[in-house]
Amino acid sequence: MAVTLDETSTKVPSTPVGAGGSGRRRRTLTRHLRTKWQLWVMVAPAVVVTLVFAYLPMYGIQLAFRKFDFTQGLTGGEWVGFQYFQQFFDSPLFWTLMKNTISISLWTLVVGFVAPIVLALIVNQIVGRRSKRFMQTSTYLPHFISIVVIVGMLQVFLAPTSGLITRSLAFFGVDDINLLGATSAFVPVYVISEVWQHCGWNSIIYLAALSSVDTQLYEAARVDGANRLQLIRHIDLPALVPTMIVLLILNMGGVLNAWNFEKIFLMQNPLNLSVSEVISTYAYKIGILGGQFSYATAIGLFNTVINFVFLVGTNQAAKRFANTSLW
Amino acid sequence: MSVLTMSRLRRRMNQSDLLFSIVLATVSVLILFATLYPLFFVIIASVSDPTLVATGKVWIIPQGWSTFGYEQIFADQRIWTGYRNTILYTVVGTALNLLVTLPAAYALSRKEFAPRKPLMFFFAFTMFFSGGLIPIYLLYKDLNLLDNWLVFIVPSALNVYNLIIARAFFENSLPEELFEAARLDGVSYFQFFLTIALPLSKAIISVIGLYYLVQHWNDFFTGLIFVRDYDKQPLQIVLRDILLSNQAFAGGAGGAGGTGGAYGQQFADQIKYGVIIVATVPVLLIYPFVQKYFEKGVMIGSVKG
Repeated sequence: MAVTLDETSTKVPSTPVGAGGSGRRRRTLTRHLRTKWQLWVMVAPAVVVTLVFAYLPMYGIQLAFRKFDFTQGLTGGEWVGFQYFQQFFDSPLFWTLMKNTISISLWTLVVGFVAPIVLALIVNQIVGRRSKRFMQTSTYLPHFISIVVIVGMLQVFLAPTSGLITRSLAFFGVDDINLLGATSAFVPVYVISEVWQHCGWNSIIYLAALSSVDTQLYEAARVDGANRLQLIRHIDLPALVPTMIVLLILNMGGVLNAWNFEKIFLMQNPLNLSVSEVISTYAYKIGILGGQFSYATAIGLFNTVINFVFLVGTNQAAKRFANTSLW
Repeated sequence: MSVLTMSRLRRRMNQSDLLFSIVLATVSVLILFATLYPLFFVIIASVSDPTLVATGKVWIIPQGWSTFGYEQIFADQRIWTGYRNTILYTVVGTALNLLVTLPAAYALSRKEFAPRKPLMFFFAFTMFFSGGLIPIYLLYKDLNLLDNWLVFIVPSALNVYNLIIARAFFENSLPEELFEAARLDGVSYFQFFLTIALPLSKAIISVIGLYYLVQHWNDFFTGLIFVRDYDKQPLQIVLRDILLSNQAFAGGAGGAGGTGGAYGQQFADQIKYGVIIVATVPVLLIYPFVQKYFEKGVMIGSVKG
């Protein structure tokens, strides 16, 4: 505690930066450590946790190019290059996995992107402050329910003949469908429940953007004879565009994402496996359950790289066409 | 203020706007219904006669009061073990989360801390790129974290998103003058953080504390991948076994074929409704009191920084 903030006054903007040789740089470094060591101490635990649990596994990615050897550990196996990637691409399951993964991801991406925007525009139109709040608070409540419970609810609601939703559909004349087992139902059930759970939560950020719209714009448009739909179309929607772009980029990074691993995994059953097996669940079964560590690492890496390419690609596109980007 | 504008607009409402209002109200009610009714139904179904539930006699009011499901649930040792473990992991985990995240966020919020830009990149990069499941699994194995309760706490000690929110809060909500004044008094970074910054940051502590809390409470992945020992499994794994794998209860009920045929299935369903409630009730109970903090987090996070 001997160091006081007083000493930080030695580093004021007037200090010439980048001037001088290595001796000077060393002196700058010494002074930096002398005055800022407490900040380093504060950030250190976070750095250590990230290094060990995020960056060390990245070092382990080389396993994808090596034949895993139990006696040699992570990095000791024989180098085999792209053999495991080739094995994956040649696998009869490859195209099924790709198709399933892309179909689930794209549907989630598109519907999951549009729904919160629509909800925000609707909630924003509600006039009473209390009903607006109630609506907002209610719609994002499901966000905090665990995935296990969500899938559990799906199972009881969609159960053949006795489930709440099955019975409601029967009431409307849709009979004899097994929404849990039918292959054509998997993606819709997945996407709709995803929207049900997260739409409200994801709309908060849009509502924040809408609340900062200059109300004079509405007045002016009103004077020009615009109706409420036109207000939404020409004032509210454009106000959301910057937020939309940022979220779109972020979502694109998760096109083949692993975070939906849990939900897809839990929703899988022998009947729907032909449409519900995706890259991440397959990698889990091959690797953790099957013990083929190198092969599973290669599959996982393939997944991560595609995600990353999508993220960077969307970011570049957004930078170029909309002048917005994450970095 | 927008309320004021809206009411003024309302006075000038023409016919198309009236139609708009009707459609808006209808859609809003439908959305509310679609969101809340499933939750409400689970509650009433959990205390109704399972046969009446299965045949569609239960819609708004519980029918044929029955607590059979809850009796079965509370008699089941796994639920209690799961609850105990989850509470332990949640409390200890969240405490560690705050201990790691808040000081780091504060340090990264200091503009005179030159390495903060590269450090932020160092952290943010991990949001988009990861080593993947198998390298993580093998690393945990080497670190003796498999089947170790610390696996629920230590690896997740830092959530980068929460770090970014907390940093944005410190950057935008703590007046720089306060820091200048403290500096003239010879206060160190540690002292400033502990005695001035933290007491002024109750909002952000609540926000990210709650995020971490929910994250631990709902954690299913860690138990699934890294833990075999059932005594260490959290509530979510127990839930999975009861809700999704149709495992039989100690009393014989609950298994799909446990008590035989459709009759057994109905009791299994009642147990499921009850389990959903038991697992979600803590979240639902605190929700009305803390929801404003959840929302605040999104607002702070959305400030570009």
